[in-house]
Order: sequence, then C-alpha cells, then structure tokens
Amino acid sequence: MWYVLKQIGRIGIRSEDPPEVDNTLRVEAEHIQSAILQIIGQALMIRQVDAGSCNGCELEIQALNNPCYNIEGLGIKFVASPRHADMLLVTGPVSRHMETALRRTYEAIPEPKLVVAIGDCGCNGGIFGESYASCGGVSNVLPVDVAVPGCPPEPIEILRGILTAVQRRPPDQSKRNRLMDGQFSPRYN
Amino acid sequence: MKLCGVEGQFERLPAPLPMWRASVDLKQWVGAAMAVKETGGRLLSVWGTDQRSRDGHFVISAAYAVQEGLVWLALPLGESETGFPDLSTVFPAASRMQRAMADLLGVHATGVSDTRPWLRHNAWPANYFPLHEGATGDEHFPEYPAEEYAFTQVEGDGVHEIPVGPVHAGIIEPGHFRFSVVGEKVLRLEERLGYTHKGVEKRFEQTPPLLGHRLAGRISGDSTVAYAWAYCMALESVVGVKTTESIQWVRALLLERERIANHLGDLGALGNDAGFAFGLSQFSLLKETWLRQNKKLFGHRFMMDCIVPGGADVSFSKASHDELLRQCDEVERDVHLLHSIYEEHGGLQDRFIGAGRVPPSLAAELGVCGLAGRASAQSYDLRADQPWLPYDQLDVQMVTHRNGDVAARAITRFEEIYESLRLIRKICEHLPQIMHQTKHEFAHLHGYGIGWVEGWRGDVLIALELYNGEIRRCHCHDPSWHNWPALEHAIIGNIVPDFPLINKSFNLSYSGHDL
Ligand code: SF4
Repeated sequence: MWYVLKQIGRIGIRSEDPPEVDNTLRVEAEHIQSAILQIIGQALMIRQVDAGSCNGCELEIQALNNPCYNIEGLGIKFVASPRHADMLLVTGPVSRHMETALRRTYEAIPEPKLVVAIGDCGCNGGIFGESYASCGGVSNVLPVDVAVPGCPPEPIEILRGILTAVQRRPPDQSKRNRLMDGQFSPRYN
Repeated sequence: MKLCGVEGQFERLPAPLPMWRASVDLKQWVGAAMAVKETGGRLLSVWGTDQRSRDGHFVISAAYAVQEGLVWLALPLGESETGFPDLSTVFPAASRMQRAMADLLGVHATGVSDTRPWLRHNAWPANYFPLHEGATGDEHFPEYPAEEYAFTQVEGDGVHEIPVGPVHAGIIEPGHFRFSVVGEKVLRLEERLGYTHKGVEKRFEQTPPLLGHRLAGRISGDSTVAYAWAYCMALESVVGVKTTESIQWVRALLLERERIANHLGDLGALGNDAGFAFGLSQFSLLKETWLRQNKKLFGHRFMMDCIVPGGADVSFSKASHDELLRQCDEVERDVHLLHSIYEEHGGLQDRFIGAGRVPPSLAAELGVCGLAGRASAQSYDLRADQPWLPYDQLDVQMVTHRNGDVAARAITRFEEIYESLRLIRKICEHLPQIMHQTKHEFAHLHGYGIGWVEGWRGDVLIALELYNGEIRRCHCHDPSWHNWPALEHAIIGNIVPDFPLINKSFNLSYSGHDL
C-alpha cells in the first residue's frame, strides 16, 4: 500500500485543460435546442458503439479515460446501458452486420439524444468505403450531430467533438488552475 | 527439394525470411498436413483464390510454419470443383478459416460436420460470394432475413444461457458470446464473430498495390505496424526489392514500440478488471506518454503509415535517439515498480492466478500462438525462430511460461516489455543518423509474395498475389484466428464475472479476424 501511495504522490496530478469547441465539426446545426443542451451538458453520459471500426478509434476513445484528459472531472462518463446515455459515440464504417445493432442501440437511448461520429470511417466510410459489407459513414444509418475526422482522431479531438456537440465551454481556467496547485508537484511539469 | 514431407518444385520467395511456395496435388495436400503435424509444425492459415478466368479453377492455399521456415502450398482444384480435403481433423484451427472460405469464396472443405456460416450473417444472400472474380464488391443487397444461428445447446438441471453482445459494455469491439451456465459457473462458451466484417479482402482488389500498406495498416489498428510491415514484406518479395539495412532497423524499432504500447495498455486494463483502478491510471498514463513520443518522433500516435513499400516514412535526428533512450529508462523504472506492486498485491494475484487456464497440451492442440501461446508453453516467436534482419543481430530472448492462466499472460507481458526495451536500446545503436528515403523501382508487379511478422499479439501474415500490376488476391491473417477458440476453453469452469478479466488477458482482435 505504501508503494501505491508513494507512486500516486510521485506521479502527481497530470490532468490537462480541455479543448475549445469547434463549430465547424457540426453536421446538423441547432439540432437540439440550446435550453436542453444546458441540461444535458452538465453531466454527460455516453454510450460508445464500435460499428465496424479497425479498433484504432477505440484505442483513442479509451485513452480519454486516462488521467491526462480527466473527462470524469468534466462530468463525462461512458456508460454500459444506452438507457442511461445522452449521447451515442459511434466509430467505424457501419458494417452491414452491425447496422441493426447500432439502430437498436440508438433507439434505446432516451430523447433528447446526440450522435457523434468518430474517425474518417465514421464520417464517410474512410478507407473501407461502401461495399457489400459496409454501409459507409454513420450518417448513412443515423442522424449525426457532430463528425470528427482523423484516422484515428487524437483523444483531444474526440473530446473537442463531444464538447462541441453539447456546446460546452471550457470551465473557468483560473478556478481550475487553483485546483491543480495541490501539494503534489507533477513530475513532467 | 523436400519440405513438409512433400517432394516438389519449391520456389524460394525472395523474402527476408525463408519462405517457399509449391503447387501440390490432392495426395500431397493431405500428406503434407500430417507430416507437418508429426514434425511439430504449425498451420498458419488457409485461404482460397478464384482463378477460373485465368486457369479454369479455384486454388486453395495453406501456409505452414515449419523448422525450415514458411511453406505455402497451393492446391489447384479440378475444373468446376468446389470441394477440397478438410484440414481441421489435423489442425482444429482450420475449422473457422474453412467456414469463412465457404462464405466468401463458395469453396468447401469436404466431409466437415460444422457447415454453419461464419463471416456471413444476413447482409448478403448465401449464393453471393464476394471473393469471386465476377463480384465487384460494390453490390448492395437488402437485409436478408436472418437465419437463426444454431448455437450448441447445453442441457441439464439448472442450465441456462446468457447471450452477450454484439454491443458490449465498455469501449470494445463487437462480437457475440453465448454462455451456458449453472449458477455462476460457465459450462460452455460459444463465440459468434463476423460483426465487423467490412469486406477488407475484396477492398484490396480495388486498391493499387503501392497503396495496399495503408489498408493493411487498418486491418487491426492496434497492430498497424505489424500489418504494414507484413504487407510491405510481401510486396517487396513479389518485386524482388531489397530494402536497406537501416530501413529494417527503423521498422524493428516501430514494431517493438507498438508491442510495448499494447502491453502497457493491457496491463493497466488487467489491473482494472481485477478491481485495481490504480493500475489502470498508472499504466494508461505510461501508455499516453509513450504514444505522444510516437507522435513527436514519427508523426502518428500509432505510427500508422510509417512503414511504406521499400522504406519507412520517418525522419531522424541525433536528438531523437537520445529521447528514445531516455524514455526507455523512464518507462523501465516505472514498469519495474508497478510490476512489484502487482506481484505483491494479494487481491490482484488472487484474481489472476488460476483464472482462465489453457494448459500447454490444449494450447498445442489448438495451435494457440503469439503471446497467449507463449504463456502456455508454446515457445514460438518468429523474432527468435526465424530471425530476419535486423532480429538476426539482436538475439531476441523469447519469454515463455507454463501456467497458461491470466497471471501467466500478465507476466509474459511484463517480461516482453523488458525485452523490447532492451531491443530498442540495441536498435538505437544502429539507427541511421539521418533517414535517407531510397527510391525503389516497383516495376514488375506480378507474382506471389508473402509477409510474416511477429506482431505483439502473434503471427501476422499477408499473402499477396499480383497480376499484371493489380492486386488479384490479398489474404490477411490475424493471430486471433488461432486464439479465439482458446478463449472458449479458457473460461470453462470459471465464473461469469471473471470473463472480462480472462477475455482481456487474451485481448484478441475482432476486426483483424472479421476482416
Ligand atoms: S478512422 Fe482510421 S483508426 Fe478509425 S476505424 Fe477508420 S481506419 Fe480505423
């Protein structure tokens, strides 16, 4: 236990500031009224679905859970059940074999809901395109609010896409920096 | 020349590893499988090609790993024949590959009992075969009424089924698992895969050969370096291009960095699945800094598209060498510390030890390969068995363990990290000061080539057939094909809540398998 605590102390707090939103990522302008966005935006529950990706995009979404991005500190949480979710985060070209499962997951999410498509494949099918086995981009199957290009997009871009979808501004920087000046001195800072 | 018990006209492919190809007849095909099995060789992959317009028949291929290297046997079928002798009686791992071949090419192993479709669900009709020459791959079929997949039923008092997936809880790939349980205990697990099938092999046929490495690098994103290298090795061997030594050193550097990145991620996730969130935050932070270094030095966090035909698309300076070495020291120190924390953590070891066991004899029968194989005493590691340049100068120390449980797969990862760090340090001594991009002539794009690389998960194989400047067939093989069936066995007798942990300890690719 002592070593665990020592290591935690030595590594310190490594969270970084979240990105600014980027409205050019929006696919459907004002899909959801801003009043609702204010409610959703405070605590955001995301259900992620891999609809046929190469798993590269999954690695970057997983990376969002590492201490650098501190998404839980932003009130964002990945959940297991679509019933608990506000947002569907979809990767991959939608394979024909995942089409139905993706639709069902979307339907299971209560209204109002947001859809964010991740990666070049999620945007338009990417390198896999459309074929006998692939429906191409997510918007061929579901209404998409925000699409984040990249192969795979880096975690910070994925986070930017998520925050753009809920139109969230970064938290007050001065408050945040005070919080970070704890007694731990981050090693690489 | 005699290989795999077959006396034949073997053509040595101009690849950095010893690889041969020969056409065989039916009798030799069957005899070779037995001979390989008897001499302790392994079946790597089985696939087929439609050559009816050129030669009037289908050709079935098998790749074996034997002591001498890799042997690619090609069996031309008779005119209008679509059956070939079953290999799964000798190598059980062939079963799903043969079922996939039936789905995609319409060619069947004869006399098999399991004829259920494997990669075809309901997106296209049973009489459409995407790998036929006549198929464009762009056909679109309306959703076909789903045939009920016949899962094996377990009967008995109190037995019930738990279906899981294809959408799983968590940020992972899709697949379906059918558990038959009594109380919490798992009696049987049956996997149903193919959900991420997106037509990769057909897509290759529409891709110019010199761009194929990009598609190959997206077969399984976590193994992008291994796949891109395998593809480039195959292409270079078709054309007879010999890359410079410094290119090979750089490629090995990337491959080892990919291995470490994945092992770091898995070790964190294993801690987390055993209720030790500290492990996840520590290892995920290490992985993040590792990936950022990739981005800084090679321009991409996963080093996608860094290996290109004939070369490696990275730039280098003396400063990068120093940074590489410094990061090795930092990571090694932290991993050693976390290793001792994991070893001494009673709760963690309690969950790891004995969970999800694949004993060596079972692993040998199933042909479990790569990391999972080495944790069950299957001592195969291409970097040590057939060391190609630059591994022939590195004396790779293979890591093996006998217990075959989650603990063994975890410790194999720890030790492989140490070994890869050692390799990176040695590689750094040989890295070029400046990368020269040599221009190779890829003129004669016609013929056969094969690429074989030890990725972090196991053997990655790409078999390439070029025909007059176009890709005629590109067969891609992921080590997960061999290891998915092992997971079905590993879970038997364990409790359902241990499944995520056991599954993670294998960490197999869905996309690499489904193609
Ligand atoms: S965008 Fe790139 S990383 Fe993401 S699924 Fe597609 S190929 Fe893979």
